[in-house]
This record gives sequence, structure tokens and C-alpha cells, in this order.
Amino acid sequence: MQLTASKWSAVRERIGGVLSALDPPLLAITVLLLSLATLVMGSATADFMYRFEAHLVNLAVALSVMLVVAQIPPLRLMQLALPFYAVGVVLLIGVELFGETSKGAQRWLNIGFTRIQPSEMLKISVPLMLAWYFHRHEAQLRVRDFLVAAVILLIPVLLIFHQPDLGTAILVLAAGVFVIFFAGLSWKLIIPVLTVGVIAIAALAAEGDAICADGVDWPGFKAYQRQRVCTLLDPTTDPRGSGFHIIQSSIAIGSGGVFGKGWREGTQTHLEFVPERHTDFIFAVMAEEFGLAGAVVLLCIYIAMIGRGLMIAARSPMLFGRLLAGAISLSFFTYAFVNMGMVTGLLPVVGVPLPFVSYGGTALVTLCIGLGLLMSIEAQRRRRQR
Amino acid sequence: MKFAHNPLLAELLPAWRARLMLIVMMALFGGLVARAFWLQVVNDEFYQRKGEERFSRVLPTPASRGRVLDRNEQVLAMSTQVSAIVAESRPTRSDAKANPKDIGAEKLSPAQIRQLAELLGMDHREIARRIPENRGRSYLKRQVQPEVAKQILALKLPGIRAEPEYRRYYPHGEVSAHVVGFTGMDDNGLEGIELAMNRPLTGQVGQRRVITDARRNVVEDIEVLAPPRDGGDVRLAIDARLQFLVHSKLKQAVTDHKARAGSAVVLDTRTGEVLALANWPTYNPNNRDQLSGPPLRNRAFTDTYEPGSTIKPIIAAMALESGRYTFDTPVDCSGKLFFGRASIGDAHSHGTLTLAEVIQKSSNIGVAKIAGTFKPSEMWHVYDQMGFGSPLRLGFPGEAGGRLRPAASWKPVEQATMSYGHGMSVTLMQMARSYMVFARDGDLIPLSLTRVDTPQVNGLQVFSAQTAREVRRMLEMAAGPGGTAPKAQIPGYRVAGKTGTAHKLEGGAYANKYIASFVGFAPVSDPRYIVAVMIDEPSNGVHYGGQVAAPVFSDIMNATLRATGVPPDAPVPALQMAKNSVTGKEGW
Repeated sequence: MQLTASKWSAVRERIGGVLSALDPPLLAITVLLLSLATLVMGSATADFMYRFEAHLVNLAVALSVMLVVAQIPPLRLMQLALPFYAVGVVLLIGVELFGETSKGAQRWLNIGFTRIQPSEMLKISVPLMLAWYFHRHEAQLRVRDFLVAAVILLIPVLLIFHQPDLGTAILVLAAGVFVIFFAGLSWKLIIPVLTVGVIAIAALAAEGDAICADGVDWPGFKAYQRQRVCTLLDPTTDPRGSGFHIIQSSIAIGSGGVFGKGWREGTQTHLEFVPERHTDFIFAVMAEEFGLAGAVVLLCIYIAMIGRGLMIAARSPMLFGRLLAGAISLSFFTYAFVNMGMVTGLLPVVGVPLPFVSYGGTALVTLCIGLGLLMSIEAQRRRRQR
Repeated sequence: MKFAHNPLLAELLPAWRARLMLIVMMALFGGLVARAFWLQVVNDEFYQRKGEERFSRVLPTPASRGRVLDRNEQVLAMSTQVSAIVAESRPTRSDAKANPKDIGAEKLSPAQIRQLAELLGMDHREIARRIPENRGRSYLKRQVQPEVAKQILALKLPGIRAEPEYRRYYPHGEVSAHVVGFTGMDDNGLEGIELAMNRPLTGQVGQRRVITDARRNVVEDIEVLAPPRDGGDVRLAIDARLQFLVHSKLKQAVTDHKARAGSAVVLDTRTGEVLALANWPTYNPNNRDQLSGPPLRNRAFTDTYEPGSTIKPIIAAMALESGRYTFDTPVDCSGKLFFGRASIGDAHSHGTLTLAEVIQKSSNIGVAKIAGTFKPSEMWHVYDQMGFGSPLRLGFPGEAGGRLRPAASWKPVEQATMSYGHGMSVTLMQMARSYMVFARDGDLIPLSLTRVDTPQVNGLQVFSAQTAREVRRMLEMAAGPGGTAPKAQIPGYRVAGKTGTAHKLEGGAYANKYIASFVGFAPVSDPRYIVAVMIDEPSNGVHYGGQVAAPVFSDIMNATLRATGVPPDAPVPALQMAKNSVTGKEGW
């Protein structure tokens, strides 16, 4: 008896140790967000209940992964950064050479027993790699180091862009750029690039008609990518094709009004007028059924999550932790902003799911790995304080 | 050991960079909120309206077509609700197995298709062919009986639905087919009354607002914008019992005489109503496979023939009206009548006959001689007034007018042949109607296919009442002993009528084929009904109107008079009285 009792207390201690790695505020925000997501999913999948069940399974898997990742100390993560990055790039090259084509894009790699999408993995391993790289050279960061970082970043980004998968390429690029930015990239570089970008977007908006005229080719872009940008500028030019998504989701959101139509009462989404309503366009379901109020609540939850992430970044005792946490937090922001911008018609249609809300196991697991990394970094600080 | 452990480096993440990012982030989220505000608060009404346009639709509600009734409100045509069986396929999806709601008719197993085929009475290959492969819907079978549709729905096959629609049903089938006609698949009249009265029968389609999904499936009914107004009933003059009798007697006669076709009509002399109208061959309007070919012809209205001797009473009436002839004026009917090389003769030589006997014995020479005393224009005028040469315009589809050439082109021999009904053509309905002038007191009233409740006031006065009465007596003689049609007799009633036996014209020459007809009325003391019978090409040994058509007239008229309770006006033979007093029954 005594033996079992001591064994039991040992188990309890063990569990306590595992749970202690979790950051309570971040965990609370995550639970809140996932609850809201499950509620919306319950409406969006009303006619496909098996999808809802699959969503619950995804949640369980993703949270377990988060729990495991949170246990890994940052020093161990640093050791994993280079191998992970290398494997990721090799797999991307594998996709480029032997990948399977689905819906016009070569994104999948068959590794015998299952199909994987390596680009998803790069969303984590690129910031991990860059944070490790800058951490190693933190004493003397020179222009040369930034150039090397740029190469580390651009290899996977270009490979993904070539698949083609513009959405994921942008997200991976953003995650890397955030690391480089926080590492102290000179303003002499930032300002010109920002200026050119702003001018380009302004020119696009002003000269949209001319650029989108028939027969104008955009070097480096696929026809469908050009089409998406042009459709954004004026969705009504193609209401049955590319403009369809934007028009339908704008109508769904707009008809929601301030307080929405109520849970499962959204006519546009439930009558299948909104495409991809449980995946990329789930924000339209949410905004139609819970209105402006619901949308603002969702934004506030995202801000709280990102804020907590930036707080973890700022307090981290290591440059690696600060860079990684900052990049992951801002990646969450990028995902959310790109998705909501797309669904509300501010940005072109790129296949970016709404983080933590859209249906899809891989994306959810990736996001939860990000959360696990944040928690790991925070746990390290707390251990050190003790 | 490592730089990271140096507290001096702890603030290396520049705070202003983090703050700047925070500001940028808030600004961008602010942009999102502004966009949402624009969509949901400023422009929400616009988008709500747009949204409504997408899911709300106005659909027609079918209205039930009115019934066609006989004069006693027996149903001749009615609409019943039936079902159309529809197969609907969904877009093929790899995960469709997971949820049965996601799959459509494209996933039906061969066993399920066989089940369907058995219930629908169709070939299973035909059903498999009709099921759309990917996203779409098609009819498997329309006008399916409600019980069958119920059984099919009970199978709960994916993508198989039943849609309500109306089916026209004709309880009397072939009996009243030519009068009532039929409708097409879309409920529009194609023949007969269904076509002639399509407008009053057709209801007003209603409107309802529904919610549909993106595939345009109706999800919910929300409001009725305009209720459907069912079509009105049409009450015909037809008497269904009489119609059945006329139909069966005609069918019998056509069969017995191995004839090609036949028609018979019954008219009410007081109202001008068409009480019965039958043609043979006929068709079953309930069987859509039969709805084509010659049986569809409403011969009494659409087919013209040379009337033959049935036209002769008109010449007699003209003779009386002229004052040059009386009932007993003798006419020399011996020998032959020559017009150049052409000659007119009688089947049997009659010698000298009175005017009445000319009609009774149906002498061609007699009427031709009388007709010769009139100018062609005088004769044409009377024929025209009697309604020959132009359609009756009762609204019936395909009504023929017959042929009556202008008087100016008549040669003497033609005027002579037209006096006994050759060289001109009529429809049976025109012929029957023309006898109104004799059955009534010299006036002609319009006919009606629908029920008329008040007797007609006097119509067009063609002859004087006195003339009409005298012609009635002649026609009674023609239908009596010594006349051409003693077989027209009915026990208990005095009948009058005239036979017609016309050679058929084939390719401009008279062939050895005949049309036997009889037109008559009864009771003579106060005529109530006109019955006209026409048998086309009787070929079982006899072909004279008196032998072929008169017995049919007798049967029909007898039944009509007894069914409507018209009091007998003929003295009853003593023998029959005695027989009936023994059995204790009334004679009539």
C-alpha cells in the first residue's frame, strides 16, 4: 500500500510537472478561442455532422501536440532548428521533383504510407532556424549575417511559391521577416522596401483597370494569381468566377448587421451561398450569425493572444526565445489578418485559413506547435526566476 | 557560458521595434474593424437586400384545372394530383460515403434501380440512363399515381423525390372523348372542349415566395403572394347517359355493317343544345399512347360528306313556300331527266307522285324538276340560310364548313343534283341543325355545346310555320309504311325523318362506296329531339340509309324520348295494350 501511495504521489508530481510548463494566461485565451471556434464550427458544419466530429478529434490531437512541445526546453529546440530546417527544405525539393499534383498545384509528397504537405512544416521551422541563426551570431550581427538570413529564408519561400502556393509562401516569408526585423534589421533597408511596397499597392489600386486589362501579363505570377488581385480591385467584373467568393462573403457579412442573425440562423451561409464556409470562409459564417459584435470579440481574443505572445517575447532571457516568440506571435496576427482581410474583401483571395477557427487538422496542429513553443519559452523564464 | 545568460543582453530585443509592430498590428486590425463596420452597420441594409435576392425566389403555384361536367353534373374530365418522380444527383465527392445526406441519385445501386424500375413499370436500363451522372435533375417518370409515388418514397432512395403535378382524368374514357377532348402534359387543352374552353378551364397560377439554397432547391415556403385561383368548371349540354347510349348504338352499327366510320348526334329542338355526340372510331383520352391518328377526328364536326336525299325536304319546303305547289300537287317522276348527255333517274320508276310522295319515296326526278322551277340564286340563298357552306363556329377545333359553290357558277345539271344532295358537302352537325327549321316552326336557332337553361327565343325564320308543319307530315310519311325508312319507327311515338344514301366521291368520280345517313325528329306532334346518324362505307350487303342508319336513329330516339319522359303521342296497338295489362305494367 505504501508503495503504491508513493508511486501515486510520484505520478501526481509528474503530471504537475508536465502541466506547469503551460502558461495559464495563454492557455485561458486559447481555450476561449477554441471554444468560440467550436461554436462557429457547430453552425458551419450543421449539415455535415461528421465534419464536426472530425473537428473535435483535430482539437484533441492539436492540444496534445501543444502539451508535448511545451515540455521541450528552448535549448533543445535550438539543437533541433537546423535539422528541422534541412529536412523541410529537402522535402520541398522532393515536392518540386516528385510531388503529387492536386487542384493544379504540386504541393503534396507521397512518403509511402501517407501524403504530407512539407510547406506547412516550414511555417515553424523557418522562424526556428532564423532565430537560432541570429542567436548564434548575436554578439556581432553584421550586414553579412542578414544576407545569410535572407538566403535561409528565400530558399523555402521560393520553393513554395513555385508549387504554386502563394498563401503559404506569404506566411512563411512573413514569419522569417519578423525574425529578421526583430533581430535589428537596419531602417536603411526597411524604409525603402516599405516605400516601394506602399507605392506598388497604391499604383495597383489607382491603375487597376489598366493593369488588369485583357492581355496584360504579370511577370512571375500565374494567371489565376493575377486574376485574384484584379478581382479584388473590382469583384463585379467576374461575379460568377473569381469575384463570386468575395461578393458572396461580403453579402453574408453585411447582412449580419450589428448583432447578427443568431447561431445557425445565417441564411447566406446555411443555404450554401458562401463557398468553403467551414474552411477559409468561416469568418463569414461567424460575422453573419454574430454580427459586428462577434467579429470584434474575435479580434479582441486574437489581440489578447498576440499580446501575450509579444509579452513572452519581451521577457524572454534569450535572444532565441525573444526572436522566436515575437515571430510566432506576429505570424498569428498575419494569419488572422490575411484571412479576415480576404473574407471581408480587403485582400485578394489567397488560401489562408482563419487561425484556430477554420476546419483543418494540419493547420491546427501547426498553430498549436506555435503555442507550445511560446509556452516553452515562457516556462524557461519562470524556471530561471525560481 | 553563453551570451544569452548575460543579464546585460536581456533587453536586446528593441522595445521600440515591438511597440512599432504593436501599433502596425492595431492599425491593421483597426482597418478590419472599419471594413466590418462598413459592411455591417453603414451598408447593412444594402447587403441584407442583396442577400435576400439570393435566397428568396418567387415561384408559381399550380392551379387546378376546372372540371368538365355533363348537364347533370356528372364528371367528364377532372384533374387529380399525381406525382412526377425526379432523380437528383449531387456533385461527386470522395468523402460522400461518410454522410448519406451528401449523396444523390448517382449512387443508386443496381438493385435499387431494379426496385425503382419495377415500381415505375419501366426498363431498368432506361432508368439508369435517365439518372444524371453528376449534379443535375431529371424526370424518371411523370404522372405517376399517388400510391406508386408513396411506395417509391418509402424506399428512401438517395436523390429520388416526388414532385406534385396534376393529371387530367376522363372517367368516361372513349365514350365522350371527341366532345371533351384532352390536355397536354402541361395541362393545356389540345382537343375538343378542353381546347375550345381552355381559357375558362385554366386557373390562375398563384405566386409564393420561397427560400432556396444555392442549388435552387426550395428549403422553406415563407409567404403566399397570390393564392392560385382554380379554373372554373364547364357544364356541357351533353347528357352522359344518353352519350353512352349513342356511343354504344353507333359502335354496334359500325361493327354490324362492317363500316369504316360513323357519327351520331342528338339535338334539343327547344334550346339548340347538343345532348350527345359520338363518333366511331374513338380513342381513350386517359391513355396517352393513343393520342394520335384518325381516331382523334371529331367526324361530326370535321368531316364533310355529300348529304344525298336528306337535303330533299328543303326543296319541298321551297316549293310550298313559293305558292306554286301544295302538299298534293302532282309531279311527273317517270322516265329519266336529261341535261344534255347527262341524265337523272330513280332506282325504281315511280310514275306520277304528289309533292308529299316525292319526299316519301325520295324521288330524284321529282325534286330535280321542282328545283328547276327556281333560280340558282334562290336555292343558294335558302341553302346558305340553312347554314351550309360555312362553319357553325361553336369554337370547336377544326370545324369544317362544307362546300356550297356560289350560285352564279351553277350549271342546270348541277342545280338538279344539288337538289338531292350531290355536288355539295356538309358536316353531320350542319345537317342535323338544318332540320331545326322542320322540327321547330320554320326557324333556325344556334347550337350550344354548353348547357342552356332557358329555351331559345325564335331564331332565323327560314320558312313559314305552315310550311314547316306540312314538311313534318311529309317526313312522317317518309319514316312510315310506304316510305324509305319504316325501320325508323318507334313504338308509341310518331317519328319523322329522311334517309340519305350518297355515293362516295373518290378522285373526282363516284365509287361503289356509300354513305348512309338518316336525319329525323320526334315526337311529330311536338318535336323535342333531332337525331342524325351517318355511317361511312357500310359494306355488309346493305348500304341504304333506310336499312343502315334508320334503325340506329330508332334506337337512339327511342331511348332519348323514354329517358327524358316525353309523353307518347302515337296510338298504341291493341295487342301491346293487352299484353301489358296482363303483366300489370304500364305500356310506357
